[in-house]
Amino acid sequence: MSERWILFKRNLSGFWKAFRRSRMGKIGAFLLITALFLAVFAPLLTPYQPTDTIRDANGRGLTFAPPSVHGPLGTDDAGRDVWTQLIYGARISLLIGFVAGSLAMFIGSTFGIFAGYYGGKLDTLLMRITDIFLVIPDLPLTLILIAVVRQMNLGIPPLVVLIAVIGLLYWTSTARLIRSQVLSIKERQFVVRARAIGASNSHIIRKHILPQVLPLIVASTVLIISTAILVESGLAFLGLGDPTQPSWGTMLNFAFDRSAISNGAWWFYLPPGLAIVWVTLGCVLLGNVLEEMFNPRLTAHHLESDEKMIARPAPER
Amino acid sequence: MIDRSTNSIEPLLRVRHLSTDFVGADGTVAHAVEDVSFDMYPSQTLGLVGESGCGKTTTMMSLMRLLPAAGRITSGQVIFDGIDLLSITDRQMRHYRWREMAMIFQSAMNALNPVRKISDQIAEAILLHGLMDHERADRRVEELLDLVGIAKARKDQYPHQYSGGMRQRAMIAMALACKPRLLFADEPTTALDVMIQAQILELLKTIQHELDLAVILVTHDLGVVAEICDTVVVMYGGKVAEYGTIDVVYNSPQHPYTQRLLEAFPDLNHPGDQLASIPGYPPRLSELPPGCRFEPRCHAKIEACATIVPKLIDVSSKDTGRAVRRLDETPSLLSFQPSAFNMRHIAACHLCRGPEVIDP
Amino acid sequence: MNRRDYLFRKIVFGLITLCIVVTIDFFLFRVLPGDPVRAVIGRNVRISKESQQALREQFGLDKPIFPDQFFDTVGQWAHGNLGISWSLRRPVGEVLISKLGSTLLLISLGQIFSILLGIVLGLFAGWKRKKAVDVGALTFSLVAWATPTFWLGIILLAVGSTLFGLPTGGSVDPANVNKSFLENLPDIARHLVLPTLTFTIVYLGEYMLIMRSSVLEVLGEDYILTAKAKGMSNWQVMRKHALKNAMLPIVTLIALNLGFTVSGAIYVETVFSYDGLGKLFQDALAKQDFPLLQGAFLLLAVSVIIANMLADILYTYLDPRVRQT
Repeated sequence: MSERWILFKRNLSGFWKAFRRSRMGKIGAFLLITALFLAVFAPLLTPYQPTDTIRDANGRGLTFAPPSVHGPLGTDDAGRDVWTQLIYGARISLLIGFVAGSLAMFIGSTFGIFAGYYGGKLDTLLMRITDIFLVIPDLPLTLILIAVVRQMNLGIPPLVVLIAVIGLLYWTSTARLIRSQVLSIKERQFVVRARAIGASNSHIIRKHILPQVLPLIVASTVLIISTAILVESGLAFLGLGDPTQPSWGTMLNFAFDRSAISNGAWWFYLPPGLAIVWVTLGCVLLGNVLEEMFNPRLTAHHLESDEKMIARPAPER
Repeated sequence: MIDRSTNSIEPLLRVRHLSTDFVGADGTVAHAVEDVSFDMYPSQTLGLVGESGCGKTTTMMSLMRLLPAAGRITSGQVIFDGIDLLSITDRQMRHYRWREMAMIFQSAMNALNPVRKISDQIAEAILLHGLMDHERADRRVEELLDLVGIAKARKDQYPHQYSGGMRQRAMIAMALACKPRLLFADEPTTALDVMIQAQILELLKTIQHELDLAVILVTHDLGVVAEICDTVVVMYGGKVAEYGTIDVVYNSPQHPYTQRLLEAFPDLNHPGDQLASIPGYPPRLSELPPGCRFEPRCHAKIEACATIVPKLIDVSSKDTGRAVRRLDETPSLLSFQPSAFNMRHIAACHLCRGPEVIDP
Repeated sequence: MNRRDYLFRKIVFGLITLCIVVTIDFFLFRVLPGDPVRAVIGRNVRISKESQQALREQFGLDKPIFPDQFFDTVGQWAHGNLGISWSLRRPVGEVLISKLGSTLLLISLGQIFSILLGIVLGLFAGWKRKKAVDVGALTFSLVAWATPTFWLGIILLAVGSTLFGLPTGGSVDPANVNKSFLENLPDIARHLVLPTLTFTIVYLGEYMLIMRSSVLEVLGEDYILTAKAKGMSNWQVMRKHALKNAMLPIVTLIALNLGFTVSGAIYVETVFSYDGLGKLFQDALAKQDFPLLQGAFLLLAVSVIIANMLADILYTYLDPRVRQT
């Protein structure tokens, strides 16, 4: 047991070194950490509540006020501070992204591991299922699913519906990735040996396959969270979020529906989108770096320019 | 064409002090090839041998200026027909490619474009260099397929429809399309099974004889070299260790490395013998020892070996005059007198006694 | 396996997917509480009792759900009878057809531009690895991927309408609604600029990335080295060997994107109030017009599936290797 721990620590330090060398990884991590920071410490970073209406001297709501010393991002159509909404909205967006992404990851990994390990008919079946998901257009399906669930009045909070639907529909890419990884692990020496000595399937999966595939799962989770955030923001923009707990997508829904554009209130429709890009970029950069570390590929390139091939000047003739 | 009436033949290719480095992404420099020199004569078959990573493929690629992105030729001359190929522009170099010198690779499956017909790929270079019109090129393709023993009816098929041996032969046909004078063969038989290997070697020999083709065969397989080569250049750690005709190198190897290589060859006549191997590993080309590169693994080293780079020594005086027995009857061009071609036996070792070679 | 078997498989798969989609579409809307008639006729629609009864019979609404209602309904769908939209008071099928053209126009334009630009930029990015073009292309693709489609639309709308005086929405100026298509061409074009631009930017990054990585992969192959050894210039090698091989994944990507393009259309059309299927879908969603929603989903899903099948068939003709799986 301690031997595995030493091996694990050595692997970890190798990864850490590779990570530190990667500029993209550091940028990604920075983007994510700042967003998390803002979300977690939101109450400390603003005097207002997201639902507070800021009033002017006469007590009238200060609607569509441009950025000023009172509010770095101005106010929305109802006089609420945009900065406040932004950082509180971070909580919602990040939370939904994380939970939905993890759900999708979990489903996808399970499918991927079983399909990859057991192979045969199970594999074909599961792969056909993912193929079908791939062909059916994702947004229309998501939308009608949510519409129907809402209409059934089951009392499920809208955010939970969002998380569930995203998690249940967006796991297919992960499944494929994990499956192909499992396929290659399956053929490796230590697995073949384990089977040769008669270890049970669940034992092999738990003790041999899972630890090997875990790093890739972690890397993919980060990437899938970025997808979840994007999808959630889109759905919220179309009005399927929870207006009482606005995410960035919901903010954009408000901005769009309440004429922020025609009122020129760029401080209302610009920041939430930028925030989405910020966080998604962070996830993608970090996720790509992680994936590279756990899944490196080398590529040759035969058509580089010839100028540098001959390194010394031509001799006098 | 060889004019056997005179005894002085000009070399087709003179390689002089060729050095090539590889620059890694982090700046480390690997000296893959250093100070390599040898001569090639028309219709000669030269074997370039050594372990993996000894620089033989890099040497070959440098000669055609086809190095990958990280490769840099840092010094030397490659004189083909009197012109130093390293001093001309890339545009001019393209003129030489395939017309004068062509190449076949280890894996034909990879070297052939999977989505184009075989006939297209053979004719491509002909048309590219404007040597013939489409109709004549087509006939030439059939000629070539005939030469290598592929049925004409299959010329419009794709690489994946050919067997491994056929693909190799198609690649040879492709290489001969523009009637080059020099053929580079990079491990052409390594990936093939023994039976096909024999066929391909047979084919190469026949072609070489019929077309008066000079061949540089890059391989790690001494047996193959013994079969079809006239001369051999043994490389180690990026430098030339020994160089001479097959007869002299195989019968009186002067460099300890060559000696070990030949010993390592299992002798079918003495199956009970232990397999001899060379202890240690080839040097890392970015961290080379200061003296002789073979020194760490050498069984005969002296003090000077660790610190002083050995010079090239002419060791022809050690030759016994014995010829290597070959199994076939194909007349080898070089069952000639070495002196007619100015072919010396050279080794780079401190233990060798003989005149230093200034101009190899 | 030869091509025939491969095609057969693909077609069977497509048909199975179609069945699944139809099944989902049917059962999803039947689980709603209340009168199943709503799923077909919608609520508060004033049509004659006779027409109502006729619809009931056509869709088998008084009979058990499976098999009767199901097959009756699917049968009706096959004939183009998709029920009646309550919010628009028109047959669903008719509504869908009227909006189809606009969406097709928008999507096609957007895809064509992004494919062309993507191929060209991706080619140079992969060829000149690590140079400015490559780094720029990568950065752009990255940021484009991270940008929500609808937000990009909003930004372009804001910038386009204020700085360039482009229309703020709709497919055509309301004043011109009754003129013919040709007469309206410049107006339609003006209304198409921003939405098409949005689409192009969104998908440009993807095509560029795929082309780039495809080019990189191809350039690492030995047959490229062979081509170079034959004496071709870099550009000739690119053109004759790398290009065709590198573009194969693009075809696959186009097929793959068909589903996502439809999703994108929903966002883009909503932001620009562009009168197409996407906006229709969103409106139906907002108004809870289930017959319309059900019909629109059917049309969208079926189109994508069929398009994918066609793309698969096309691919088998492009790649001779596929003939031998």
